[in-house]
Amino acid sequence: MIDPTIEKVFREEYGRAVAVLVRVCRDVDAAEEAVQDAFTAAVERWPRDGIPPSPSGWIITTARNRAIDRFRREASRDEVYAHTDRPDTIEIELDEETVRDDQLRLIFTCCHPALATEVRVALTLRLLGGLTTAEIARAFLVSESTMAQRLVRAKGKIRDARIPYRVPSADDLPARLRSVLTVVYLIFNEGYAASAGAALTRDDLCAEAIRLGRLLVELMPDEPETLGLLALMLFAASRRSTRTSPDGALVPLAEQDRASWNRELIVEGQTLVRRCLHLVRPGPYQIQAAINAVHSDASTATQTDWRQILELYDQHMTIAPSPIVALNRAVAVMEVDGPLAALSAIDGLNLDGYYLYHAIRADVLRRLERHADAACAYDMAIARTENAAEREHLQRRRAALPVLKPG
Amino acid sequence: MLYLLSIYQPDGPIPEPDVLARIMSELDEINRDLRATGSWVFAGGLHAPSTATVVRVKDGETLMTDGPFIEGKEHIGGFSVIKAPDLDAALEWGQRFARATGLPIEVRPFQ
Repeated sequence: MIDPTIEKVFREEYGRAVAVLVRVCRDVDAAEEAVQDAFTAAVERWPRDGIPPSPSGWIITTARNRAIDRFRREASRDEVYAHTDRPDTIEIELDEETVRDDQLRLIFTCCHPALATEVRVALTLRLLGGLTTAEIARAFLVSESTMAQRLVRAKGKIRDARIPYRVPSADDLPARLRSVLTVVYLIFNEGYAASAGAALTRDDLCAEAIRLGRLLVELMPDEPETLGLLALMLFAASRRSTRTSPDGALVPLAEQDRASWNRELIVEGQTLVRRCLHLVRPGPYQIQAAINAVHSDASTATQTDWRQILELYDQHMTIAPSPIVALNRAVAVMEVDGPLAALSAIDGLNLDGYYLYHAIRADVLRRLERHADAACAYDMAIARTENAAEREHLQRRRAALPVLKPG
Repeated sequence: MLYLLSIYQPDGPIPEPDVLARIMSELDEINRDLRATGSWVFAGGLHAPSTATVVRVKDGETLMTDGPFIEGKEHIGGFSVIKAPDLDAALEWGQRFARATGLPIEVRPFQ
């Protein structure tokens, strides 16, 4: 049984320690090993000697000493190492500024665009989140050996192709930051809407994504999209417990018990939305967060300010148009201008393979009392979702349609 | 650190002369910049894949096949070997080649 304090320090400090050690060791594998050694030492010593005054400082110092020991052992065993530029005494800088930069460097390395998206996700969870290979494999429904190979390959590419350990230049930053935010949001969504996997792992992924989101906000407080992403995740998390009924059925937004939404997360999200509005550099995450803020303002579903939501979707379509955004906008159109306007907003979107396209279309057709067409659209939606809870929800909706008169 | 930049070219007719002339002058400019920054190591364009021969030795016997090793719709049309401090710098050059040629560039580190 691992001490809960060590567990907590591990979750909070693992990524920070690895970030510092990568700078010191100039190698990801060596850094990881050193940090793992340090935590192993903590598990042995802390229960006996007590928690040190600065657990994070203790971990980093111990990891550094382990790294030095390892270099020395390798140097004495292998002559080649004796002549490399590996330092045998390491002056470790631990001022806040340097550690902050180390963390940013590690984040941007893990999310480098030269790595495939699923590789970025795995590396981020491993190096910044400290999740084990087995945990990551479980979350993404691949075998542990597949995930282990993916990580080895990724670390090999970082080393051999020399992916730099540095914060991108101002010119590259916007595109590189988008990649980082995408990775964090993918992790969150995998946890939030996972198509499969054990509930516990999914909670871990959501919590880890939010932790990373908070870290990014701390490291880049003036990047509005970073604030927007964190706010968006917090709003989603605030509704998490009301999103499913006790028997696991999906509860749509309009039918959720709003009194059970997590106020603390909502207030934090709203504060962040206000903060990014002041920066006046709108982006997709900020707008989606703002839309969520409007939902969270309404104490009942009927009080929702759909006009404001529609305006936000219009803005979204101006700065970053996509068929998915147009589809979500149609839901707001239905509430503001009625189902006929919504249907014309939906028709012509090229989203035939996407179950939500058919599900939203079915809802619109139901409102238009075109029940046979609605039933047909629900069938199309049901055929296109893998998620059991989503499927059952759609089946219930279809069954609730008025019985069609024969002939 | 050395990187190989391979230019992948679709098989088929070469571009119109004026298009080709523009691409060539842009490639010249990139090569000039590579030399000016001390990044240039080697570069060359290749004849069509139909001119390639693959040689294999099996049980002491030499076997030759006419044509490229991999039959495909694209082949390496040319390559550059460059010196760069890290992958970002190498990708920066790769991007310039891609923009000039409109073709995909594979960037691969040397051992």
